[in-house]
Amino acid sequence: MIGGVFIQMEDEIASSIAILGAAWGGKKVMTVTSGPGLSLMMEHIGYAAITETPCVIVDVQRGGPSTGLPTLPAQADMMQVKWGSHGDYEPIALSPNSPQECFDLMIKAFNLAETYRVPVFFMMDEVVGHMTERVVIPEASTIEIVDRRWSTKPPGQYQAYETNGDGVPDMVKAGDGHRIHITGLTHDEKGYPAMNPEAQHKLVTRLVGKIRNNRDRLIEVRADQLDDAEIVVVSFGITSRVAGPAIEEARARGLKIGHLRLVIAWPFPVTVIRSLARRVKAFVVPELNLGQMVLEVERAAAGKAAVVSVPHAGGTVHESQEILDKILEAAR
Amino acid sequence: MSNQVNLDTELDCDRENPAMPFLRQDRLPHIWCPGCGIGTTVNCFTHALADSGLDLDQVAVVSGIGCTGRVAGYLNLDSFHTTHGRPIPFATGLKLANPRLKVVVYSGDGDLFAIGGNHFIHAARRNMDLMVVCVNNFTYGMTGGQVAPTTPIGATQTTMPYGNFESSFNLPFLADACGAVYVARWTIYHVKQLARAMQEGLAKKGFAFIEAMSPCPTLYSRRNKLGDGVDQLKYFKEKSVTKNGADTKTVGLTFQGEIAVGKFVDRERPTWMDSMNQHFTQVLGDKYQTYGASHGQD
Repeated sequence: MIGGVFIQMEDEIASSIAILGAAWGGKKVMTVTSGPGLSLMMEHIGYAAITETPCVIVDVQRGGPSTGLPTLPAQADMMQVKWGSHGDYEPIALSPNSPQECFDLMIKAFNLAETYRVPVFFMMDEVVGHMTERVVIPEASTIEIVDRRWSTKPPGQYQAYETNGDGVPDMVKAGDGHRIHITGLTHDEKGYPAMNPEAQHKLVTRLVGKIRNNRDRLIEVRADQLDDAEIVVVSFGITSRVAGPAIEEARARGLKIGHLRLVIAWPFPVTVIRSLARRVKAFVVPELNLGQMVLEVERAAAGKAAVVSVPHAGGTVHESQEILDKILEAAR
Repeated sequence: MSNQVNLDTELDCDRENPAMPFLRQDRLPHIWCPGCGIGTTVNCFTHALADSGLDLDQVAVVSGIGCTGRVAGYLNLDSFHTTHGRPIPFATGLKLANPRLKVVVYSGDGDLFAIGGNHFIHAARRNMDLMVVCVNNFTYGMTGGQVAPTTPIGATQTTMPYGNFESSFNLPFLADACGAVYVARWTIYHVKQLARAMQEGLAKKGFAFIEAMSPCPTLYSRRNKLGDGVDQLKYFKEKSVTKNGADTKTVGLTFQGEIAVGKFVDRERPTWMDSMNQHFTQVLGDKYQTYGASHGQD
């Protein structure tokens, strides 16, 4: 017994805001969805962003658009979680590729949500979602848990959106006597609506800055044989595992291939790609969509290295041969 | 800042308005139009709070979007101004996370019954322990007077320029049918009764629903040539008939027709959390530890 509550709400719009209410009731919160459910949640991604409500949203990606391919894989929601709610904000997104990582990274997802007070997306895909593998669960005492940034200020002195230093305000919960006011309107440090360009600039710059200013701290990639690589495969989620045999085959043929896996996809590790781009010939980007994260690779490479997309509309994973063909093409 | 009224000095009052301690005075003046009834309902709510004996630190108000959606911003309580139509699921999460809170949803008819209608029916079905106050002004006041699911047939709205032909909701009937344990309707003419109903709603365990009819002089009354706020108050006074315990099927509203007011439903049903605890205790026995403690009971 861990003392939590589970409720299946009437729809994903409801679940995506019920968790935000529960966060302001003092709890750590998450919800889970796939496909159209994620689209329904977009309004409250924005509400979580502007009210700085820590939450974790699991998206087991399937083919789209619309109802698309229930229970068949895709990785086509990557741009939606970056941009899906209106206005400027910066989410965090993690991309596990195994049941073990689902365990380990889920803890990290909660820790990041609490550290930065942003919505954190857990970007699975159908294959990882249905995967069965051995999972090692460590001793609870060895797991690093980040608690909520509770304010120690007494009622009357606490201001909901006052920050000091790192741009992330401390939080309280309803029922503690602070008489907080929380709104989805642009607000001042007190949390009161402030309908003017100065307040908008101050708030939204800070919201975006929480992530942009910590981008380097938030980089998490798995690098394999990048030292002498001439071609680097950039992958994430299930596609990273499908790319494995293609990379091995290319290496068996004597090609110098490295593998860079995005564990944190958002914020995108621009500096990692940028520095690699100065010395490698090409990036090969397989993904179960028709070209989403490849745009970020192109942006970061900025013309310094070739970027080859290996698109796939989803429904199943790539054949390793498709990835190998693109590696060979890039090597020519 | 020049348009802000300093209530202490500019209104020549010997004593403070009793509603003042319940308001965020640094947020006044409010945005509501002259003749609007939302402020009257808030006044009733402050009386209900005062008479409820509740620890105000343990009362949270959740609003949606719209004119009534601004209520949360003026109350000196933990208050949440959420998204359009979604105050009920937010309140559900808040209540489940901190069961000691008394959570009040305070919003308008468009917010709760058009975009938010799905959440209303499910929270009532679950008997979630919330009090829901709906200020019903028959229109979308903040956005220019569009037709609402409460607009009576025959009333003119910006999006029904030749008069509304859609059937409207009978809100007490809807709440009753979905399982609300307390259902009442009053108008802002009936300030004592409305305050009393809110006090009863605050004391009620489970899903309590109160419809508070209010004029919208700026849009609804003007467009329908019904005069100003006072004229609508006169209508509320003259056409209201108290029908406590009435069958909610019979209390639907018509354009400027009779208004059935009163307490229609007051019954007992286990709340969602009581049902969960009871069920898991039955199924899991000693392995289950009862979750939460209901408001005022620990």
